[in-house]
Amino acid sequence: MDSNDPIENSVDDEPAAVAESDVVYRHRWPTRLWHWTNALSVFVMLMSGLMIFNAHPRLYWGQYGANADYAWLEIGGQGDRGTLRVVDITIPTTGVLGRWKNSDGQLQARAFPYWATIPSQYNLAGARIWHFLFAWFLVIPGLLFWMASFLNRHFRRDLKPKKSELKPAHIWDDIKDHARLKFPTGQAARDYNILQKISYIAVIFVLLPLIVLAGLTMSPGMDAAWPWLLDIFGGRQSARSIHFILAMMLLGFIIVHLVMVVLAGPINEVRSMITGRYRLPEDK
Amino acid sequence: MIERISRRKLLGSIGLGAGGLMLAGCDKVGRTAAFGSAQMSAQDLTMSVQRLFLDRRALAPEYDRSEMSPTFRTNGNAMPGSAAYKAHLSSNFADWRLVVDGLVARPLALSLDQIRRLPARTQITRHDCVEGWSAIGQWTGVPLKLLLGAAGLSRAARYIVFHCADDFGGTPYYESIDLVDAYHPQTILAWGMNGQPLPVGHGAPLRLRVERQLGYKQAKYVMRVEAVDSLARIAGGKGGYWEDVAAYQWYAGI
Repeated sequence: MDSNDPIENSVDDEPAAVAESDVVYRHRWPTRLWHWTNALSVFVMLMSGLMIFNAHPRLYWGQYGANADYAWLEIGGQGDRGTLRVVDITIPTTGVLGRWKNSDGQLQARAFPYWATIPSQYNLAGARIWHFLFAWFLVIPGLLFWMASFLNRHFRRDLKPKKSELKPAHIWDDIKDHARLKFPTGQAARDYNILQKISYIAVIFVLLPLIVLAGLTMSPGMDAAWPWLLDIFGGRQSARSIHFILAMMLLGFIIVHLVMVVLAGPINEVRSMITGRYRLPEDK
Repeated sequence: MIERISRRKLLGSIGLGAGGLMLAGCDKVGRTAAFGSAQMSAQDLTMSVQRLFLDRRALAPEYDRSEMSPTFRTNGNAMPGSAAYKAHLSSNFADWRLVVDGLVARPLALSLDQIRRLPARTQITRHDCVEGWSAIGQWTGVPLKLLLGAAGLSRAARYIVFHCADDFGGTPYYESIDLVDAYHPQTILAWGMNGQPLPVGHGAPLRLRVERQLGYKQAKYVMRVEAVDSLARIAGGKGGYWEDVAAYQWYAGI
């Protein structure tokens, strides 16, 4: 074997003396493949989902909910002013939500603007086609990734927090490090830190499964076959609200995730998710 | 740090550019033939999976009186524009007949009184509009399978088509379902709603309730029930008004 191969060196137990050994094999191929299929699927699901929301930009709690019923969230407006109302709080959102100008400069009275939706022009039937096609690309690779990561022990080895990491003091230290944008270097950067582990576990085991189940609960066919779906979420309109809230949480995760990638060194991070190879940041 | 910021800016502009390309790309991809067939496959896959892995006879959830919507909004057409319908309405549907024909042994023409005297099923179910809202109401009507049985459905029949009195800009509304849904116990032609005769806004004198699908499948103002072996020869060939004009899914179980 070529001793310059970074993978070979990283597998060795030799101390990290040579420069090449600072490059470690960090992500196995099932992780990398799923990361990118999932990134594409989530991107399409979020944007086509916003277009579906545009067809009825009101959210309710319970089994039923329509125009005459109380909506806890509503995107709308009056005249040329757009608003977002959450319960009793109304926020002016002109230009972004409720009232915005399309690429031709014409005022539009839809909830989410053209640059946030698929398709970009109002089209509920088209958005549903995108949403239900990519739902398969979300669910099938997701299930395969789950299986692969249990089998190759990715979950146990890389995501499962160690007991010592779960101590409140350790978590607090990690929060402070993140707030100061102080990232681990050297060998400490080999493993995910505790905030990473918690957020990845939350997305993989809670957020994504729940968003799929809440989505299925909106299907009248599924509700007949699996009525327990309605019991989990407390009704179809509650499921629609929860589906939307979870989608916004997923968007929040993506934004923080991307900011972290940029702050931690985007080229190294993106390369590691493409080739698997990650250069450990130098000790300062 | 300086290097970081410039790199970040670079990445940001790359991201924005890529985002713009992807947006324009999605609209373009959405119009290609290959994507069209991928969509159709996904739709077929969704229906096949639901039909294969889920109980075909599973009942849609039924609700208690106390769970009904205080207001059940109307949608689509709330008053058919044709002179023939207006004449039926002013005579309280005295001369109105429901025609059951197509691939049947004995075509029927039933008056509203005759239909009301047939065995009826009453169910409190949830109506889910494709737009996202839901309303819960009580429906009373004759199970469709009784009418198909009385007419003697042919073995060649594959779909049941519902021709309606309302139209959009002169194009009559219609819908269709397969025999799994046609023979489902909750699939009824309803003449009553919330304990009253079916209001005009909700499809008087007779509307379809096919409880495991979305609102646009629940054809209102049903005039004629036609058994067919293929949907290809009906209107645009996709099995329903919205399916023809706007590519809504024929299978609206999701």
